[in-house]
Amino acid sequence: MSGTDYNFAYLDEQTKRMIRRAILKGVAVPGYQVPFASREMPMPYGWGTGGVQVTAACLVPEDRLKVIDQGADDTTNAVSIRKFFQKTAGVAVTERTAEATVIQTRHRIPELPLTEDQILVYQVPIPEPLRFLEPSEVETRKMHALEDYGLMHVKLYEDIARHGEIATAYAYPVKVEGRYVMDPSPIPKFDNPKLESAALQLFGAGREQRIYAVPPYTRVVSLDFEDHPFDPSKAAHPCALCGAEDSYLDEVIVDDAGGRMFVCSDTDYCAGRREAAA
Amino acid sequence: MDVTHLEGGFADPARDAAHAFRAALQAMARPGRIEVVAGVQPPAPCSVAAGALILTLCDTTTPLFLAPSHDDPALRGWITFHTGAPLVGAAEAMFALGTWAALQPVTRFAIGTAEYPDRSATLIVEVDVLTNEGATLTGPGIKTEARLSLPETEAFRQNRRRFPLGFDSYFTCGDRLAGLPRSTQAEG
Repeated sequence: MSGTDYNFAYLDEQTKRMIRRAILKGVAVPGYQVPFASREMPMPYGWGTGGVQVTAACLVPEDRLKVIDQGADDTTNAVSIRKFFQKTAGVAVTERTAEATVIQTRHRIPELPLTEDQILVYQVPIPEPLRFLEPSEVETRKMHALEDYGLMHVKLYEDIARHGEIATAYAYPVKVEGRYVMDPSPIPKFDNPKLESAALQLFGAGREQRIYAVPPYTRVVSLDFEDHPFDPSKAAHPCALCGAEDSYLDEVIVDDAGGRMFVCSDTDYCAGRREAAA
Repeated sequence: MDVTHLEGGFADPARDAAHAFRAALQAMARPGRIEVVAGVQPPAPCSVAAGALILTLCDTTTPLFLAPSHDDPALRGWITFHTGAPLVGAAEAMFALGTWAALQPVTRFAIGTAEYPDRSATLIVEVDVLTNEGATLTGPGIKTEARLSLPETEAFRQNRRRFPLGFDSYFTCGDRLAGLPRSTQAEG
């Protein structure tokens, strides 16, 4: 079946209109999770169906799409989503962060600062930051309405009481523009400072049927305490391949004897640095 | 039925709507930015930009209010043929189209509820002038500050005070449009 057998960007127009309206409301109320009628996509839930639907609603034929999974362009999830849009939308693709106009990501923000001309689309598994503290949607919705986020601070406090520090290392909760507490998706907390960006950031949760957004230059504050300020920690190593000391690192086991190396999780950043050095 | 209703829609609906939406998205995400759209020829008095927004965002599930300035049989027919949007009164509308004067009082439009602030109206305000002069805008989407020729500022200041509730607005002039989400502070 060729790409021309699909509507542009796969989804039908009625679905795109519904998603587009949800995106616009999300942009108007930064950090608020807008319910939307998530569609079944030709990939299982958990593989980025929310992000794919948001990307499909935003793409124009002239776009250049980059897809990353945990920072890497060459993993199964990233490759298949990139091919999906190559086939159904006919858009150009790239692995270079700087060349992309739309970037769909699973669990990382690229190391290279994004620009005003870029849109970053996150795949979100659990959009509700309060869900593990309060399982009822009725209750969490009320908590957001009343701006009642005490429970989240109790959770962070209990972290400190038990571990001596806030032990949350990923999906670290943030407060957006002084109003909504938001789950930034399971990005490492190392990436949290990058949530204040020149690019528009859109979040899609397919199974949970929520879309939310952080417009450019929006205030995004990681929750913390005066005496336990937020710390975007990282492994105390340079990248074993490119030597970067400012990037987020993956720990890779390299043999059966416990040997390990730390390498950049952002493959394009690492490759770019090695090319520049060569 | 007037045959002119059938004309003036997107020639390539999927791609034309994608372009129009990207412009609408950038405008809403960056208040003060003026975007250009194309691809539709709505009947007067509807502007190209307002027509493109309606064809991109409205369908049978989105009640639309036509203010007296735009409650014209030819425009009604065009919108109904191309979108199927039910035409309703101001209080029930998800979208509203008209001049600023005709949309008054804007306090009658839906502002959402505390638990669902997204259930709010989007106003499409036809203006004679759309420039980066006039009111000073600050807030999400704006690096330091932006300027935009708003029809007035007091109504938008009141709207901002109710955040996260409130209506969101597009200003349309010819083939150009700008957005003003409820999160923006307008002064001056």
